[in-house]
Amino acid sequence: MAVTTAERAATPTKRRKNAFSDGQGTLAAILLSPTLLVMFIVTGIPIVMSVTESFFRKNDGIDPVTGAVKSGTDFVGIQNFTDIFAHPATVAGVFGSMDRLINAFLNTTVFTIVCVILETILGVIMALIMAKAFRGRGIVRASILVPWAIPTIVSAMMWKLIFNTSGVANKVLGLADNPILWLADNKYSQWAIITADVWKTAPFIGLLTLAGLQTIPAEVYEAAKVDGANAWQTFTKITLPMVKPALVVAVLFRTLDTLRMFDLPYGMIGPNKYSVETLSMFAYQEAQQTRYGQAAAYSIFLFFYIVLVAFLFVKLLGADVIGDEELRAVNAQRKRMKELHKKQAKATKAVRTTITSGGSAS
Amino acid sequence: MASKHSLGRLALSVLATSAVLASAACGSSSSAAGSSSAPADDSWNTKGPINYVQGKDTSGNVKSIIDKWNAANPNEKVSLIELSESADEQRAAMIKNAESKGASNYDVLSVDVVWTAEFAANGYLAEMPNVDTSGYLKAAVDSGTYFNKLYAFPSTSDGAMLYYRKDLLTAAGINAAPKTWDEMKADCAAVKAKGVTIDCYGGQFQKYEGLTCNFAEMVNSAGGEFLSADGKPTVNSDKAVAGVKWAVDAFNDGTIPKAALTWKEEESRKAFQDGKLLFLRNWPYVYSLANKTDGSSSVAGKFGVAPIPGLTGPGVSTLGGHNMGISKFTKNKGTALAFVKWWNSAENQKANTIATSNAPTWVALYTDPELTSKFEYLPVLKSSIDNAKARPKAVKYGDVTLAIQDAAYSALNGQAAPKAAMDSLQTKLEGLVK
Repeated sequence: MAVTTAERAATPTKRRKNAFSDGQGTLAAILLSPTLLVMFIVTGIPIVMSVTESFFRKNDGIDPVTGAVKSGTDFVGIQNFTDIFAHPATVAGVFGSMDRLINAFLNTTVFTIVCVILETILGVIMALIMAKAFRGRGIVRASILVPWAIPTIVSAMMWKLIFNTSGVANKVLGLADNPILWLADNKYSQWAIITADVWKTAPFIGLLTLAGLQTIPAEVYEAAKVDGANAWQTFTKITLPMVKPALVVAVLFRTLDTLRMFDLPYGMIGPNKYSVETLSMFAYQEAQQTRYGQAAAYSIFLFFYIVLVAFLFVKLLGADVIGDEELRAVNAQRKRMKELHKKQAKATKAVRTTITSGGSAS
Repeated sequence: MASKHSLGRLALSVLATSAVLASAACGSSSSAAGSSSAPADDSWNTKGPINYVQGKDTSGNVKSIIDKWNAANPNEKVSLIELSESADEQRAAMIKNAESKGASNYDVLSVDVVWTAEFAANGYLAEMPNVDTSGYLKAAVDSGTYFNKLYAFPSTSDGAMLYYRKDLLTAAGINAAPKTWDEMKADCAAVKAKGVTIDCYGGQFQKYEGLTCNFAEMVNSAGGEFLSADGKPTVNSDKAVAGVKWAVDAFNDGTIPKAALTWKEEESRKAFQDGKLLFLRNWPYVYSLANKTDGSSSVAGKFGVAPIPGLTGPGVSTLGGHNMGISKFTKNKGTALAFVKWWNSAENQKANTIATSNAPTWVALYTDPELTSKFEYLPVLKSSIDNAKARPKAVKYGDVTLAIQDAAYSALNGQAAPKAAMDSLQTKLEGLVK
């Protein structure tokens, strides 16, 4: 279907100015408008409101006679952002003393990098196990997916018990006599969070990778066998490249998710613990102190960070999030047209061309 | 021109973050405080149905009190709104109600003693007119007062007590509870000399509001003060630092087990009930739970209570409790005020104390024979509350308590020397309390 549409789109007719339009643009716009409207209401308006909010700050001067707080908010421009550097609120985290936002930024980044790497490795291993045909596969698949099905705040409570001073973790590690205080506020707290997060979300990567694995035809593996490839070669030359589109999307989702991490550290270690405080936790704490302007500013900081990471992902790893083959074909066509036009301009003589090739849809 | 493709990408990232942003955008109503003019007197006569708001009713007794009121006042019905068990969430819900000018219809609020300044200064609570507070605990009345005006009526109070293992102390030949920290340490040594394996002292040292309470007791019991009489921070005085130093040394020499750095009320209660602690600093609620004979407590009948010890004499407890405030945005202020007074009458407080074991604010109840026979700890609690000091009254209390917790946790964890921690706390408080 994709190919036929692309071909139709590529067939030029005299009525239309745009060679790629199939004349259904208006209909498409009408059909899409309810979705766009909902998107605008649920994401557009809050974002605009947050951005506006971030330029204001609550008045916090106190009347010396009545003790009343002066009412209203002041427009402070980008001061909520610049104060991060101009008036840093220094806290002591695992990475030394620094501004609370920078500390939260580093925590978020470290959590994301470490967690996603570990989750990807474990997730792929899980997927490979789940893809094998063996007796009791259903049970193995179900049990691998259980951690992912448990609500995060519940797993936070669970791991809190495990990492309790007199909990299982210290006993298993043989530290019952000189226990590690995982739930205090130190580098061990970070590892407790990483452990819990990996446990909880490696199955997610496993599941998406499994879906990718199942699209690889058996013939390729048979061919590899005939050619005498060993298991490692089969994995690196066939499985990995062919599962890459699915895997990259899974990793992208996990990355964006981990950047927003909140409930696990909040539920397990608690608020205001600088060794595990993430950006969203910090923004939440600021909102709790009724500093909505600052909270909005920090949320926007996180927002741009996530947008940047998502952008880099799509550019560098070529994550195909949309997965629209038709669109890709049209874009390829458009690119060819552009080059053609350039050539024509260079030749400076009008040559009437007809595009015959369809999209390079695979 | 944005192609459809890049729009899609944008939409994806937008979706990914909108949840975070939305949470910040929620509280965006800008001005709330309003001018705090004197209360218009006629507004205190309006009567009608109201809502009473408090945290989750764990005692199960609130409903029956309200039923009693409703039976007597059918035209001024009170409905109960229960909020979360978490104090932070209660506070957030009450602020939301006020910032939206009473959209949640909260009329009478159960206000933690440390919220009074913030709620009063921001104009969330109505100033109470001509209310007679004689006969109530002075400390409790003061905790509901801001700039010499009463914003919240004293309802329940709270003070810390020292729970001690009477059986073990008697076996070691000690007949009285320790009055100073050094005595307490000596008692521990004496008990351990008898071959008992037990940790000495425990409190609530996890990083949360309980740490502020415990830390304040360390400072105040050593003769230090957070704020001087004229409201200036004085946390790096020699006496205050001496209190902190004692606590730090106690962690270092094992008097307080390291695990206490992760304890809240319940964890420390459990350690005491399991027989792992000789001395425990905790609130009165522990008394009945630790005396349970259903097997949940291994120390039932084996412990006693005493005022908390200090550096050179009896310690100074941190004042806790809840007061009842009236929202500035409530329509039926007359009913609200009558309900608050009725709820906290001597008779109702007595019934409530029997049902919930909350500490009353009506002074005479502490010597009421019926109550003292049921709650043997009441005289101890009375002396604890009489000596108790309130936590700093600050509009930005959230920042103040976090600054205190930062200093306390870094000192107790050994990341900062006591003096250095208190110096940096002094600097922070000077910026916060003006």
